Amino acid sequence: MASTAAAIHHHENELRRIIPGFGLTLGYTMLYLSLIVLIPLSAAFIRGFGLGWEHFWGVVTAPRVMASLRLSFGAALIAATVNAFFGLIVAWVLTRYEFPFKGIVDAMVDLPFALPTAVAGIALTTLYAPSGWLGGTLLPLGIKVAYTPLGIVVALLFIGLPFVVRTLQPVLEELDQEVEQAAATLGASAWQTFVRVILPALWPSLLTGFALAFARAVGEYGSVIFIAGNRPMKSEIAPLLIITKLEQYDYAGATAIAVVMLMLSFLLMFAINALQGWALTRHGGR
Amino acid sequence: MKLRVGRFALISVALLFLGLFLVLPLIVVFIEALSKGLGAYVAAVSDPLALAAVRLTLLVAVIAVPLNMIFGVAAAWAIAKFEFRGKSALITLIDLPFAVSPVIAGLVFILLFGSNGWFGAFLQAHGIHIVFAVPGIVLATIFVTFPFVARELIPVMQSQGKDDEETALSLGANGWQTFWRVTLPNIRWGLLYGVLLCNARAMGEFGAVSVVSGHVRGLTNTMPLHVEILYNEYNIAAAFSVASLLALLALLTLAAKSLLEWRAPELRRRSRQMRDLHRGVRK
Repeated sequence: MASTAAAIHHHENELRRIIPGFGLTLGYTMLYLSLIVLIPLSAAFIRGFGLGWEHFWGVVTAPRVMASLRLSFGAALIAATVNAFFGLIVAWVLTRYEFPFKGIVDAMVDLPFALPTAVAGIALTTLYAPSGWLGGTLLPLGIKVAYTPLGIVVALLFIGLPFVVRTLQPVLEELDQEVEQAAATLGASAWQTFVRVILPALWPSLLTGFALAFARAVGEYGSVIFIAGNRPMKSEIAPLLIITKLEQYDYAGATAIAVVMLMLSFLLMFAINALQGWALTRHGGR
Repeated sequence: MKLRVGRFALISVALLFLGLFLVLPLIVVFIEALSKGLGAYVAAVSDPLALAAVRLTLLVAVIAVPLNMIFGVAAAWAIAKFEFRGKSALITLIDLPFAVSPVIAGLVFILLFGSNGWFGAFLQAHGIHIVFAVPGIVLATIFVTFPFVARELIPVMQSQGKDDEETALSLGANGWQTFWRVTLPNIRWGLLYGVLLCNARAMGEFGAVSVVSGHVRGLTNTMPLHVEILYNEYNIAAAFSVASLLALLALLTLAAKSLLEWRAPELRRRSRQMRDLHRGVRK
């Protein structure tokens, strides 16, 4: 018996070894990854740290740079929060209810992934400009959207929505509805069931979707610059300031801002990975 | 009764939000594009500079997408068929470009190939132009679209295991035969799915390309950059006319994506598979 098992095991090892191409595919993967991604990114870090701490710190803490970083991260934070709220409703409605044209609505959620950011940018600007359909309606109420930080948030709402919806949808589909029914039978209101039963199960995925939308929004450029107004200290995002510095041949300044943004983005990515690990142990059943 | 009211309210909120933030901008593109009539639309789209931008956008996609496709297949093969140390880290590194602002994606190539860059002096001495020329646009596009195919293929290949390949190999097929006749047919929908998303981003990329393009009309202007120039010149109808072509491409992409998901429902489950994948790696 034991010898049969050993023989099978040996046979499996043999088979594992006969799938070819490990060296070729892993080698090519590492080469291409290094040439396209790792070496170019390390160029930014090496150039950035090559500036010396004082120069680097001086560039990064300049009021205009700080204002742009605050704006980029602040607007992204607000947009991701609003997206988390509405994204949850959209994901809920798409997984739990039936209504006409649901398939088309579901497909449309991916529009921000497919529509070029510049196209989204000019369309949103035209809509929310004082002369636009929505801008013209909001102006008498004293709300200015285009060419203000609020406009930046609107563009980031557009960009980030699918991240939240697409992260939540599969989790909602898997959620055991019997637990909800049990809660209802035990006398819980719909709201109590949502807060005590559904939300705790969704929390890790909701946070992951929020973080993905936030990460994308922080670096976003194309959809924002048309609607932002781009006034220094007021509505100038960090990626735009990088371009401005490049156009003034201030490579050191551009690189320093880029390094700060890269470090914050990578931190965020680690956080997202950790969150996904948490979501996994939460739903860890299968 | 109360439940039905709640359901109606939630559906209304969701549709209103999607309508306001997704559908309305899309409608605006087409209305503005046709605001000066069909003649002006045709003129804007068939303008020689617009056509040059279309040609460049197609050229960039034709180079960038196949390169990232080959990489995606190779990476998925290595990750799905073999066990090795550092696999989880490799998957994270492949995703790295998604965490980088497009503007920074452009900047890094200026730091490498610009006149002040690491290879700047060498390139200048040999009269080679990478930045502010077509090669830079291609490189920046490859960077931002780098993860798309690999990301779709890895979970697809992982979930299919390696039984089919092992059977083919034990029946005497060699590695290439196994890949072309067994693996490729198995992963074709997933591959197409990844290529579709990769292509949409490649043709629409704006920030990264904007940094390295140099904005020479007719030479280094892609379609999104052409839209920007027309818009900034207050040539709004023309800007939206060219933009409408990109919007049509986006709609086609979404339609093809839905069709693929209908044909191969497992593609929709990608995020679930990504979780399984990470779990597999952790073991």
